[in-house]
Amino acid sequence: MMETPLLEAHGLGLRFGTIPALDGVSLEIWPGEVVAIVGESGSGKTTLLRVLSGLLRPDAGSVAYRGPDGATHSVHDMGEAALRRLMRSDWGFVHQNPRDGLRMGVSAGGNVGERLMAVGARHYGGIRAEATEWLRRVEIDPARIDDTPQQFSGGMQQRLQIARTLVTRPRLVFMDEPTGGLDVSVQARLLDLIRELVADLGLAVLLVTHDIAAARLLAHRLLVMRQGRVVEQGLTDRVLDDPQHEYTQLLVASVLAA
Amino acid sequence: MSTATGYNFAYLDEDTKRMIRRAILKAVAIPGHQVPFGSREMPLPYGWGTGGIQVTASIIGPQDRLKVIDQGADDTTNAVSIRRFFARVAGVPTTERTSEASIIQTRHRIPETPLREGQILVYQVPMPEPLFRLEPRVAETKRLHAMADYGLMHVRLYEDIARHGHIAISYNYPVMVNGRYLMAPSPIPAFDNPKMDRMPALQLFGAGREKRIYAVPPYTAVRSLDFEDHPFEPVRAKAACALCGSRESYLDEVVTDDRGGRMFLCSDTDYCGERQAAVQRDAAE
Amino acid sequence: MSPAIRTEALGKSFTLHLQGGTRIPVLSGVDLAVEPGECVALAGPSGAGKSTLMRCLYGNYGAGSGRILLRHRGAELDLASADARLMREVRRETLGYVSQFLRVIPRVPTLDIVAEPLVARGMPREAARARAAALLTRLNLPSALHALPPATFSGGEQQRVNLARGFAPGYPVLLLDEPTASLDAANRAVVLGLIEAAKAQGTAIIGIFHDTEIRDRVADRLFEVHPEQAFA
Repeated sequence: MMETPLLEAHGLGLRFGTIPALDGVSLEIWPGEVVAIVGESGSGKTTLLRVLSGLLRPDAGSVAYRGPDGATHSVHDMGEAALRRLMRSDWGFVHQNPRDGLRMGVSAGGNVGERLMAVGARHYGGIRAEATEWLRRVEIDPARIDDTPQQFSGGMQQRLQIARTLVTRPRLVFMDEPTGGLDVSVQARLLDLIRELVADLGLAVLLVTHDIAAARLLAHRLLVMRQGRVVEQGLTDRVLDDPQHEYTQLLVASVLAA
Repeated sequence: MSTATGYNFAYLDEDTKRMIRRAILKAVAIPGHQVPFGSREMPLPYGWGTGGIQVTASIIGPQDRLKVIDQGADDTTNAVSIRRFFARVAGVPTTERTSEASIIQTRHRIPETPLREGQILVYQVPMPEPLFRLEPRVAETKRLHAMADYGLMHVRLYEDIARHGHIAISYNYPVMVNGRYLMAPSPIPAFDNPKMDRMPALQLFGAGREKRIYAVPPYTAVRSLDFEDHPFEPVRAKAACALCGSRESYLDEVVTDDRGGRMFLCSDTDYCGERQAAVQRDAAE
Repeated sequence: MSPAIRTEALGKSFTLHLQGGTRIPVLSGVDLAVEPGECVALAGPSGAGKSTLMRCLYGNYGAGSGRILLRHRGAELDLASADARLMREVRRETLGYVSQFLRVIPRVPTLDIVAEPLVARGMPREAARARAAALLTRLNLPSALHALPPATFSGGEQQRVNLARGFAPGYPVLLLDEPTASLDAANRAVVLGLIEAAKAQGTAIIGIFHDTEIRDRVADRLFEVHPEQAFA
């Protein structure tokens, strides 16, 4: 089997004024692989996510994406239209704040259905059936399909955002602190849901988090970032159980029983 | 009525007309795409058809014959004043007959009588942006048009069906033009939407306050958005016109007294009059 | 026959950056080879580095020096230099590890925890569950518990879940870290049977057994792990 990476980044560099936000970052994401980027606030992990997903243009380096057709596209040269098309079909983006990823005034069914309609679904009954199925999968009572997310709890909103993102079966999902604003008990449920869906659908995920426990639960591979650089990377359990870099040791030591 | 002196032909100066014609040409070249133009102050307030008037003024010539309708009627205030305006500043002949007109300026209707090649239908448009209630950021609506990213409009239709069991848009029903641009057909009843599809006449849309012109060239595909299992259906009152008996035309409901009495009449006065005249001719023969 | 797994001059030390860069050597020059169907018990005093060696073999700790050669997909592979993706493949197909403690995943039923490695290897979910259920039942975990997440289970029950998960796929190489530590006599006998059956099928086993009775029953030989001169 000739397997190739979905996303390949080489030598990414980006400065905000004098501050290096990214400094020589390279990484690959393979099909079905969950990669977590951990590091403290300001380490450049969110910037890296934005550069990899084409939202931000780097000063140096390149990001290549291999589409379902097998052709490789440079993420920063493909043009906004192609990037948007990618964003609503083959890619997904789960935001920390569900308000950034949902239409708060549109019903739960409409939120899930939007991505289907954006890629051409035109059968109301089919869209509704699919939305119902996805609400069930993310453990939202399908009877609430016509309620708006404003009437949902934070955890439900985040689960709805995940349903909306995954409904088009993307191959690559970017997640930015998906459990960020939630209570601990709600976090556990969400993490487990993500873990299950990712495994079932064989998704590749790039997860940005400062939650080491979440990274351990979800990620196959871990990248530790500090001051715009990847200081250590490898198998999740090895990086966390046998950290080599001083900063990783500090990070792991700071966590309560990860 | 004599032609007013002291004005250029059709009120606007030639440079302005040229500028507007350039916008119209661009609009015709990109069916359904909104082209900005330098909308002028007109001698009537915004919302009274300043966009349509500027378009008409830019394309009208001495040999044209103008018809103006408001909600289908030739005899309402807005229609009468615009017709008199052009009679005065351009000295062109006017008509109430759809078949005789070369230019028809309209507010909120498409005539029942099918238009033919060579005719031009000018719509007065209050809000040219079909996405404006869904996406408040103007820059973002432009981006959505550029990317043909219209999932949002379908979300609106989905929400309608979820809430009301059917698509509850009765006028200004969104259409796709030439399979590319989403377009607001101005507040015509959804009943009129099918008339836009592959119409032999040129359709021009002018929005004065919003400073936009757009167009549908002759024989261009115009499709009302819908779902496979909830297809678009033009709706009219289930009645016959009280005057001409038409069961095909779009009807206005007229309240006749204070006791709930009402009747249905054709909204298109020319069409209704023609049919009544034909009945009388038949009776006379 | 060539070994299923062997090490060449394997060494491992830890550098504690948070304690002024203190370096703790744990293993050096470890040469261990295990044939298919052979069970080797690691011996040595507590703190000698038995668990560290196991974790190095599994890739949970990075090898400091030397090589770890595993027969994987018909060829020898050096785990000491394998990247993360290759390591995942090795763990999925060739190398199993039963640790002392179950890492509980919230909300996942016991049955699915055991079935998961089977599904990852391509077995249909229902077949994987059936096999998991059979193994759990053999380990005397009542079927009423199969649908529950093991978070609230006793230590012994959790360990049996862990054992079922480790034995279910039939890895060619299996690492056992105190597999019977908190089990009663009946369950120890079951584990004994599992180990013997695995050996008979050609599984190479490396184990740490504090239970000398079990150790003497299953181990073909002992491998002495020598404590490094730590904190020198």
